[in-house]
Amino acid sequence: MSQKECAIVGLGYTPQGKCPDWSVRELFLEASVNAIKDAGMKPHDIDGILVELCWTDPTTQNWSLQMDLGIPELSLSAVYDSMGASPGCQMQVAQWAIQNGICKNVLCAFVEKSATAPAVPYRMSAGPGLAYGLHGAMHGIALAAMRHKMLYGTTSEQLGEVAVTFRKHAQLNPKAQMYGKPMTLADHQNSRIIAEPLHLFDCCLVSDGGRAAVITSGDRAKDCPQPPVYIMGYGQGHVKMDLIERNTLVDTGAGVSGAHAFRTAGIQHKDIDVLGLYDATTHNIITQLEELGFCERGEGGPFVENGRLSIDGEFPTNLSGGMLSETYLQGWTGIPEIVSQLRGHCGDRQVKDAKIGLVTNQGGYIAFHSTLILRR
Amino acid sequence: MTTQFKKPSPGITPETKPFWDAAKRNEFMLVKCVGCGFYRNPVSITANICPECGSRKPGEWVKASGKGRVHTYTAVHRTFDPSFEKELPYIIVIVELEEGPRFLSNMRDAKPEDMKLDMPLEVVFEKVSDEVTVPYFKPAK
Repeated sequence: MSQKECAIVGLGYTPQGKCPDWSVRELFLEASVNAIKDAGMKPHDIDGILVELCWTDPTTQNWSLQMDLGIPELSLSAVYDSMGASPGCQMQVAQWAIQNGICKNVLCAFVEKSATAPAVPYRMSAGPGLAYGLHGAMHGIALAAMRHKMLYGTTSEQLGEVAVTFRKHAQLNPKAQMYGKPMTLADHQNSRIIAEPLHLFDCCLVSDGGRAAVITSGDRAKDCPQPPVYIMGYGQGHVKMDLIERNTLVDTGAGVSGAHAFRTAGIQHKDIDVLGLYDATTHNIITQLEELGFCERGEGGPFVENGRLSIDGEFPTNLSGGMLSETYLQGWTGIPEIVSQLRGHCGDRQVKDAKIGLVTNQGGYIAFHSTLILRR
Repeated sequence: MTTQFKKPSPGITPETKPFWDAAKRNEFMLVKCVGCGFYRNPVSITANICPECGSRKPGEWVKASGKGRVHTYTAVHRTFDPSFEKELPYIIVIVELEEGPRFLSNMRDAKPEDMKLDMPLEVVFEKVSDEVTVPYFKPAK
């Protein structure tokens, strides 16, 4: 590691689930104010803002958040739009700005409003997908999941084990949208099919909510009120947006992204205590475990069996319930949970003595990918 | 008799118009790079550049075999587009064409349980309006 580690020192939340009375701009502000407060800072301490675009209201951006927070001048200000993969990317850019002395404290923020307001489809992949009934991420991911099933024999029960495990975790998280709604493998198998091989319970939730984080230098982190969580390793991997133009439909950017993350962190898979994997569907979990090197290609299905991803398993994953059972705030579901786990603040769902966590984000029909390896 | 196409338009652009014009003649065309011979997907072209060799010369439209194999598929059971509701479950297929590129389409004459990896397919054209003829795929004879 040639440069000093940065740390995540502030997390900001808002109400989540259905928030019809909140505007996108208000959710951005609420999450940001709470993150800055959690970091023990004032808005004027922030000198960088990176906003992940909200497709429901793309007019709320870096500049509007700067104005709402009353920050006269910034050294870094931008919109990030790698869709679900954005927060891992935002935090990497924040880190580079801090390491190079451009910024001291960078605010990263995001809002999702898909539960109560439609997204503006301002950017679609080229080609006549709509004429052929290709509607949104679930259909695209189903095409990838089906190829995985045909190549490797991955079963619906294996996908179901992922869903059931994360739902079990959500029962330990009172803020989860699926808290108080346990699920069995039979429930999963009996849920209606959305697009083969995906059942309803293979697919993530739809949610409103905002989240934000403050990144600072390792030196300043020691003076912040919360236990610092350091960025040990990081990576990104982005394949072509258009499904038919990719080398394969099973490979996402996770392989490249994960390899960068393990190399920069200088650790092995066995060193990871807790995982946060992007779970747009249960298939995403299985293919990422393979691409990140937790198992061989094609072995993701058997790998998740027998509770391996459970809180008491070998690789506890998505303890909040993930996007499948906590809330769909894209990459912002996983990163705050891993930070909270490493802070030791997770109560009933706390992974005992968690020191190192790995968290992934994906976006755009799983074209975009980012990985962070964090330590306490 | 043709009626107005009820489904969303395939989004014909100046770059992809030759493909859709050929489809009206029941011909399946691809774009071949005049520099390196690389075949491009004919309906996702947004610029005159070969993604393989970088040639900026406009590609050459050539008649293709219209044959390929199943790369993957999904049978869709839920849709929020009412124009597809009557066809549920319909099959979205990604065809690996003989010439190399992949093509997104729907299946004809096949049920979800018939679908197999690498199953041979051939194109079939349906005139859906005076302006649009859509290529679909069916199991090869």
